[in-house]
Amino acid sequence: MIPVLLIALPIFSGLVAFFMKGQSVKSWALLSSLAVLGISVWSLFSNASLLSYDQAWLPSIGSRFNLVMQDGLSKLMCLLTALSFPLVFISTQQNNSNQSPQFFALMLLTQAGLMGVFLSADALLFYFFWELALIPVYFLCSIWGGEKRIAVTFKFFIYTFVGSILMLVGILSLYYMQGTPSFAWSSLTANASKGIYPNWAFWLFFLAFAIKMPIFPLHTWQPDAYEQSPTPVTMILSGVMVKMGLFAVIRWLLPLFPKASEQFAWVIVCCSVIGMIYASLLAIRQDDIKRLIAYSSIAHIGLMSAVIFSGNASGMSGVMIQMFHHGINVIGLWIVANAIEQKLGTRSLSEMGGLAQKAPSLSILLVVMSLANVALPLTNAFVGEFLMFNSLFKYNIWLTAVAGISIILAAVYTLNMVQKVIYGELNTLTEKATDTSFNVNFSLALIAILIIVMGVYPQPLLDLTKDAVTQLFAQQ
Amino acid sequence: MNAIIVSAAFGVLMMFASFLVSNKNVYRYLAIIGLTVLLLANILETYAIWSIKFDSFLQLSFERFGLFFNSIAIAATLFYVLLSGRDIVRVGNYSAEYFVLIFFILCGVSIITSYNSLLMLFLGIEIISIPLYILTGSDKKNLKSNEAALKYFLMGAFSTGLMLMGIALSYGAVGNFGLEGRGVVAFGGSMRVSFLEVAGLLLLFISMSFKASAAPFHFWTPDVYEGAPSVFTSFMATIVKATVFIGMIKLLEARTGIFGPTWQIILPLMIVLTLAVGNITAVFQQSVKRMLAYSSIAQAGFMLFALWSANDMGREGILLYSVAYTLATVGIFAVLVKMKDYTFDGFNGLAAKQPLVAASVAVFVLSLAGIPLTAGFFAKYFMLASAIKSGAGVWLLVIAVIFAAVSVYYYFRLIQAMYFKEGEAEMFEQPTISFKGMLALFAVLLIVLGVAPSLLFNYLYF
Repeated sequence: MIPVLLIALPIFSGLVAFFMKGQSVKSWALLSSLAVLGISVWSLFSNASLLSYDQAWLPSIGSRFNLVMQDGLSKLMCLLTALSFPLVFISTQQNNSNQSPQFFALMLLTQAGLMGVFLSADALLFYFFWELALIPVYFLCSIWGGEKRIAVTFKFFIYTFVGSILMLVGILSLYYMQGTPSFAWSSLTANASKGIYPNWAFWLFFLAFAIKMPIFPLHTWQPDAYEQSPTPVTMILSGVMVKMGLFAVIRWLLPLFPKASEQFAWVIVCCSVIGMIYASLLAIRQDDIKRLIAYSSIAHIGLMSAVIFSGNASGMSGVMIQMFHHGINVIGLWIVANAIEQKLGTRSLSEMGGLAQKAPSLSILLVVMSLANVALPLTNAFVGEFLMFNSLFKYNIWLTAVAGISIILAAVYTLNMVQKVIYGELNTLTEKATDTSFNVNFSLALIAILIIVMGVYPQPLLDLTKDAVTQLFAQQ
Repeated sequence: MNAIIVSAAFGVLMMFASFLVSNKNVYRYLAIIGLTVLLLANILETYAIWSIKFDSFLQLSFERFGLFFNSIAIAATLFYVLLSGRDIVRVGNYSAEYFVLIFFILCGVSIITSYNSLLMLFLGIEIISIPLYILTGSDKKNLKSNEAALKYFLMGAFSTGLMLMGIALSYGAVGNFGLEGRGVVAFGGSMRVSFLEVAGLLLLFISMSFKASAAPFHFWTPDVYEGAPSVFTSFMATIVKATVFIGMIKLLEARTGIFGPTWQIILPLMIVLTLAVGNITAVFQQSVKRMLAYSSIAQAGFMLFALWSANDMGREGILLYSVAYTLATVGIFAVLVKMKDYTFDGFNGLAAKQPLVAASVAVFVLSLAGIPLTAGFFAKYFMLASAIKSGAGVWLLVIAVIFAAVSVYYYFRLIQAMYFKEGEAEMFEQPTISFKGMLALFAVLLIVLGVAPSLLFNYLYF
């Protein structure tokens, strides 16, 4: 019941939004996303019978419309999706893109697609939603993006499309390898333990997920796409959409290919660690604040993917809570970046300075977000990163040492950004800046509270994801 | 047999109408009525309620699959006439005759879907081809149209020759024209399929590949599709092409295994070649019409999977493929006919001027590219799934989907032009309400089939 609502509600309100006119669509979209948030919070406390939905869909090929909130990971990801959309809608009211009904319609459809990915328990349905989340984003970025939007978004689209269609071939080949063909998650994973799936199928799946995450060397679409997309969409892209890749690895790849993921772990872990250092080094050199956050995001995702493939149970729970925390932290950073861009009309760090004098509350919140990005103790990211590094340490000391450099580099580029934005002399551009509006402050304050509360008391999230971790390691 | 007789009868009727009535709109309405009656007659036969019967001496056999495809082809033609009827009338002076030829083509279609002997196959192919030669050259004052018609005719005549040669060889080996026949000769102590028969079937296969524009027999396609009046290009690229595939499936199913293991090399090679030629060349086109011509070659590459797999899933899949591909292509062509500029740039800014038309075209393009939520996705899905069910190598599927990703490149250029670029997108005339309504109906149908493709198959079995 709840899974259907989580998908149907955004689809319905999205379709209605296409036909709305004027400013009312803003409140409509906000209302819809708040309702989804409410439902998703409800799912945390409701009993299991409400958490699944099963309906015949394509009887001739044996695919079912089967949505299940399997475990805490699904719940957490749905919560992240549900939480991020209201935050985005509230904090980006003034953006150019947010003036059109079509924008909100497409955003809500994106939300439906994302929810579907996190809820599908049928491989074909999963593929369906995986693509569905992409189409509205393609239109969003191409219509409201920056100057080079068409080419950049197209690169992004082709990249992810190639990945996902290879995954389709993988799904099909697994389908016919079982005794009784079925797309159901339970049946596919049950057959996996018999070891009948070959290693090349692992790579077909992995490519799709690796492109989405993205991990080195498949990341080249990402900085461009983040830079050129309208900021509200960038928030969703980096806050929620990259989590699709991580989620899919945990939900599908590891249970489907336990042997292959162990066998090839070293390749993927090495790529991820290289990506971490590489992206961190590039982030230091960036002048555009959006590109800086983009590269920083690649570095963080790299750590998560390294731990997913190398980790033990505690590392895995670190990854799961970090998926949530990175989501809200990076959205916080984007909100700050967006507020700055709206005020100054530029994203170039070299043109900024002295913002602390003119916009004190924004500056304070920027510092909080930045410290969370560096994973300072007492912020939420610290818990996850500690668990992850701990687990990587047990896998390989040298890799951990190399990956550890990225923590220092993260401090370098993040604090450098803070310094350039809020300290220093005022210049002609920043002189006219004013402090932020209530909307931006409200959403940032909400995120800041989450950052600190979760940093001090992370136990609820660890409890929530516990069943997902135990189930995963029981299967392996 | 209903479809064959009724379509021929309406063809003749329309011929008389052409000199008895001078109002061009009457032709159009007459054609719409005729197609509706034809569709009803065929459905009556499908459900064994009423049919005209006489002895065809086992030359024809009517079964559910073929009859169902007839319904699809007739319904598609009906939709096509409803959508583009005004543009058909406008091509030249002989408006009624165009409809006559379309009815005759449908007669050929019904023969091909029900042939039981190679002679009938030949008749069907010829009944389809000759009207097509004429339709290609129907824009008489346009040099390109003339050139295309002549080219098509010469090449087509050559392929007809090959086909007759193949039938003759097969006859020599088997001793009759029957579909099921098989010539067997003693060879080194074991019985083998005779060489004559293999050669004959190969020639038949080649000449039908020519009609279906599968590489390496595709060279006529771009020029003919571009030269022919756009309204007729859409008809020949969709309904006729799908029919040829049905014909090929019937032939290869009846004589399965004749090529032996060589078949496992020939057909995959053809699939890869067709996909490569169609997709890669389409990328470089500047004219939407020419892009669609190459893309139709590429789509033929996917349809060839149904021949390879030769199972029920492939048969179902080719039906869905025909519907998805036909609706989308006919829709795009109907809009294309109204555009002043056939290049991609000619579509710039269409979304701002004609939101509904642009949205429909976007759905068509998404369907052709095989994006989920459209019928085109399941069409491609069934092709791939049936192939893998029959044991195709994964490398073949990986190549196919990579080319599908290439196709996204050129299909999406149309979306980019309509939605993301500024421009005038000039049209000859403002689309009427009914035109827009039909386009939207096409788009809705594609989406419905994209969510629940089983709706279509249900009719196949009940």
